[in-house]
Amino acid sequence: MIEIKGLTKKYGQFTALDNLNLTLNEGTVFGFVGANGAGKSTTFLIISTLLQPTSGEVFINGVSVREKPSEIRKLIGYMPDFFGVYDQLKAEEYLDFYGASYGIPEEERKKLIPQLLELVNLSHKRDSYVDLLSRGMKQRLCLARSLIHDPKVLILDEPASGLDPRARVEMRDILKTLKGMGKTILISSHILPELAEMCDEIGVIDNGKLIAHGSVAEIQKKLQGEKVITVRLLDRVDETIAFFEEQPYVSSIEKLDGGDGISFMYRGTEEEQLGMLKEAMLADMPIVSFMEHVTNLEDVFMEITKGAEA
Amino acid sequence: MNFNNPVLFKELKLRFRSFKGFNGILFFLLAMCIFVFGYIFLTVNISGTSYFRPSQSFVLFAFLSYIQLGLVLFTAPGLTAGSISSEREKQTLPILLTTSQSSFQIISGKMLSSVAFLLLLIVAGLPVYSLVFLFGGISPWSFVKVFFFLFVTLLAIGSIGVMFSTLIRRTIVSMIVTYGTMLFLSVVTGFLFIIVIQMKAFNQMGTVITTPSYLGQFLASINPAVLFATFLSPDMGYGISELTKVDFPIWAGYLIFYGLLTVGALFIAVKRLRVNMKRLK
Repeated sequence: MIEIKGLTKKYGQFTALDNLNLTLNEGTVFGFVGANGAGKSTTFLIISTLLQPTSGEVFINGVSVREKPSEIRKLIGYMPDFFGVYDQLKAEEYLDFYGASYGIPEEERKKLIPQLLELVNLSHKRDSYVDLLSRGMKQRLCLARSLIHDPKVLILDEPASGLDPRARVEMRDILKTLKGMGKTILISSHILPELAEMCDEIGVIDNGKLIAHGSVAEIQKKLQGEKVITVRLLDRVDETIAFFEEQPYVSSIEKLDGGDGISFMYRGTEEEQLGMLKEAMLADMPIVSFMEHVTNLEDVFMEITKGAEA
Repeated sequence: MNFNNPVLFKELKLRFRSFKGFNGILFFLLAMCIFVFGYIFLTVNISGTSYFRPSQSFVLFAFLSYIQLGLVLFTAPGLTAGSISSEREKQTLPILLTTSQSSFQIISGKMLSSVAFLLLLIVAGLPVYSLVFLFGGISPWSFVKVFFFLFVTLLAIGSIGVMFSTLIRRTIVSMIVTYGTMLFLSVVTGFLFIIVIQMKAFNQMGTVITTPSYLGQFLASINPAVLFATFLSPDMGYGISELTKVDFPIWAGYLIFYGLLTVGALFIAVKRLRVNMKRLK
């Protein structure tokens, strides 16, 4: 469905996107993860025919973005990270304008617009002026706008940014509905746990390079070789630190902020971890709790990008 | 032109949804009425006669024509020089550019909506303008000529505004450049024409000037004020031909130059609105 081959974008000496290769099947929800300036928006701008690449190609349904940009525009629905709205235009008129811009006949638009407003929970705002809507409502309206021509691919650049928690949940629910409709969705976000919930695949981009790509589980597995263990203690913290320092596979021991425990990195297997815990109990260490951190996507992202920087 | 133009309809709708559009027409018509009726009132009272002579009617026509020209020259840049750059500043342009509309549709929609508003101003002023016919002295042909060339000027200045708005990111800079271009075409070319003719006369002092001055003729041909002067006083046209020794009607030169300028400016705007995806950068 979407094939990105060797996509590169340079601004003078600065490389915003470095030889990006990616293939996504139809119906995939792909989460693009990366810090500000990592290259997410640049990729989306090129796919949306708004930015020339320095080299490389993007194909959607076999159609080249460079060769047939007008064909591509019919296939995609694009929602930028920052966008404005026209003053003194009502929500219904806003969608009608974009419907007409995609060449949808007036009769069809009249049927379509109420359905789209319903989908994004804005039916009650159809006669409201767009510039007076809340940020969350504008985001949802823009999403409805990107759907007006029933595109096969949705490109959503930070759709949840700047939204309050309720608006985020509403946006996430709408995206789940769209996923259910079989749309291929490319979505970028800083809120990684949100992406994990709805994405089939995740791509981590850093300094213009795709440094990890796969399912959420696959990417999490990449970090399973090293985990963080937190040990809470009743007392004798220094003695316990000395004990764990002698253990194999243990590194980076630190006291917890409250001084009532320690945390360290551990590289051993689960059996070796069990053995170490047994030994600690036999040595009468005052352990209250022994906790392995569940690595969430934020940790994954931080770890992967740390490695890339090094 | 594609009349099923979403940008054009949206722009027209938004323009007349605010009071700005109506206020513009109201104040323009008020100014026209005060000027025309004031002129007639004063002329009749000062001359002490109870009638209005055709020659005075002609003066009124000349004044009104220049007022309309001034309106076009000073309003068209303001209406068009922000057409694309303001979309860029409001962050609505990327979304517009990802729709199926062609670049020509977007540019023509922006251009026509601005031109249509200015045309409405001119047409709304027609009843006041046509008062000059009541007193004679003006041929309908002069009237048609003036209006046709007002329209040509309007299209050209509008196209220049849209072009700079597409090329320049910021509206304020685009406005300055468009007004600068308009002032060059309407004022600087006049001065340059005088300088060129004077220099020619100086160089050939004491002899009869026989060699043609194509540059002088060109500068006269692209100046809207000179063109209108030749309409209002045909002798002026002959006078310019005498000075430049080029026997080519000013109006034809004007039509060709501004026609090409309009097409060229719109072509550049259409080509530069979207990035060229085929060309690697």
